[in-house]
Amino acid sequence: MAAPPRMLSVLALLGLAALLLVPAFADRFYVQLFTKVMTMAIFAMSLGLLVSGVGLVSLGHGAFFALAAYIVALVSPATEGASLWLALPLAIGGAALAALAIGALAIRTSGVYFIMITLAFGQMLFYLFHDTKIAGGADGLFIAARPVVAVGGIALLQLDHRPSLFYATLVAMAATYLFLGIVSRAPFGKAIEGIRVNEQRMRALGYDTYLHKLVAFGLSGALAGFSGFIYATQYTYVNPALFSWHQSGLALMMVILGGLRSRLGPLVGAFALVLIEELVQAWTTHWLLLIGVFVISVVLTLPNGLVDLLPRLLPRDRRRGVAVDA
Amino acid sequence: MDPTFALIQILNGIQYGLLLFLIASGLTLAFGVLRVINLAHGSFYMVGAYLAFWLTQRTGELWLAIVLGLPLALALGFAIERVMIRFLYERDHLQQVLLTYGLILILNELQSIVFGNEVHGVPAPKALDFSFRLTDTLSYPAYRVAVSIACLAVAATMYGVIQHTRLGMVIRAGSVNREMVEILGFDVRRLSALVFAAGAGLAAFAGMIAAPLSSVYPGLGDQVLIVCFVVVVIGGIGSIKGAFVAALLVGLADTFGKTFAPGLASVAVYALMVATLLWRPQGLFGRNA
Repeated sequence: MAAPPRMLSVLALLGLAALLLVPAFADRFYVQLFTKVMTMAIFAMSLGLLVSGVGLVSLGHGAFFALAAYIVALVSPATEGASLWLALPLAIGGAALAALAIGALAIRTSGVYFIMITLAFGQMLFYLFHDTKIAGGADGLFIAARPVVAVGGIALLQLDHRPSLFYATLVAMAATYLFLGIVSRAPFGKAIEGIRVNEQRMRALGYDTYLHKLVAFGLSGALAGFSGFIYATQYTYVNPALFSWHQSGLALMMVILGGLRSRLGPLVGAFALVLIEELVQAWTTHWLLLIGVFVISVVLTLPNGLVDLLPRLLPRDRRRGVAVDA
Repeated sequence: MDPTFALIQILNGIQYGLLLFLIASGLTLAFGVLRVINLAHGSFYMVGAYLAFWLTQRTGELWLAIVLGLPLALALGFAIERVMIRFLYERDHLQQVLLTYGLILILNELQSIVFGNEVHGVPAPKALDFSFRLTDTLSYPAYRVAVSIACLAVAATMYGVIQHTRLGMVIRAGSVNREMVEILGFDVRRLSALVFAAGAGLAAFAGMIAAPLSSVYPGLGDQVLIVCFVVVVIGGIGSIKGAFVAALLVGLADTFGKTFAPGLASVAVYALMVATLLWRPQGLFGRNA
């Protein structure tokens, strides 16, 4: 996963600055909308680590998002909020453990078979939560109150307060992005990149490729759990639909749509898909038709995803970095 | 368990499995010969079901609906291959996934615009609207038997074409080495369009004959798509024989699962797939990937 070009980084920082101002200028609806967008961006980035980082395409990633959200619901007491210090590690840890268990089996396969076996595990969990009585069955669970962030009885942050939750999510998104940058520069990141390019050679060099893939799968499951935690905190309601393959498919679409070659790709894809959805939904009930047309046009015209849009729009000479004679 | 009751379950399982085979065979052919992962394959099933509903309403008979609808479905498959899919042959699988996902959205919305979101029923042909009496209380509808027979006939025809004709030989060769077939001078472009359209036609045919068995409702293609992917993967991607065996396995597992453990029936199908892949990572009849 390449670091984005400077032009794109500048734009990303401008976007970040604009986001910082959202709660100050926009109304409640947009604060909520952008909190949701950023949650999805973290979810998409977690899948990006797997898809563009290791080259493993999972169609069951929603399972870890959903498991973490359910854990928040299950550890929350009936009338008050759970402690963040309990709920957050449990949600992330639970998602990571599930990812390690599923990954240990799934990584034995590769290619399309890997896509399908992750889908199968996701579907099994979906039907387990949907068709049986565990954790509220098809009706899902309500969370009485959002997690409490307090030290020694003093509240540090009110997650009930919309702007606070918004900024907390913004910090979480930025931290996830920076964390993934560190991972990709670390020896581990180099090793998984090597596995993506040529697994055979990495094995010949003495790397335990199975272990590397498994750790990456666990890590990306943990990050998906992180986004699932934020989701449960924002919506205070979980249901089996979170496990459905649509959720996993959506994240995968965000990653591919944004662009597989860039670390910004999943972020761009998440913002584009959720915001365009919102925009088009406002003026037609058949908005999915337009999303479909949009998705197909991107595939046919921008093979490297939306992050490729900008360099294309720039004049050709500037793109190559060649000075133009006056 | 009562033997007659068991017989009915077995017949239902086989009939469902054969139907799955018709749909999955197009999917596995598209993958084997064209190297394309087509998420929109389930949408062709949906197109078939809605064509059956619309044309049966107009003509009054499912037979006529099939005769009129099948060419339409084939034409749709052909057009989609020419306009979109053919640009994807040299591309990454993930772009195929993204594009065909976009196609699902479009076809689903078009369905909702044209036919609305109500649930529709399609009557079985009048000639087949009776039941075989098995015991005093149990009977088996003739239309289900007819569906199984129709599926078997199509499967046999497909087997004949693929194993014993020149066209079938080229298709088989294409699934082993596409470049070689091209070098030998065969028009792979035309072959691709043909295979894709045939797959779309098979899925639509399955949707048409299944319409009287289950209602016609929005999103029924998505449901079918996932199960067919399970079938294709269990059988081994690209293998028609594998798809046949896997479809029957999945059909029986689903039917018996629903009878004995309704809460866990859907889990059973996926557990079957996981177990198969852990035992044979390339599917039952798949070549080593």
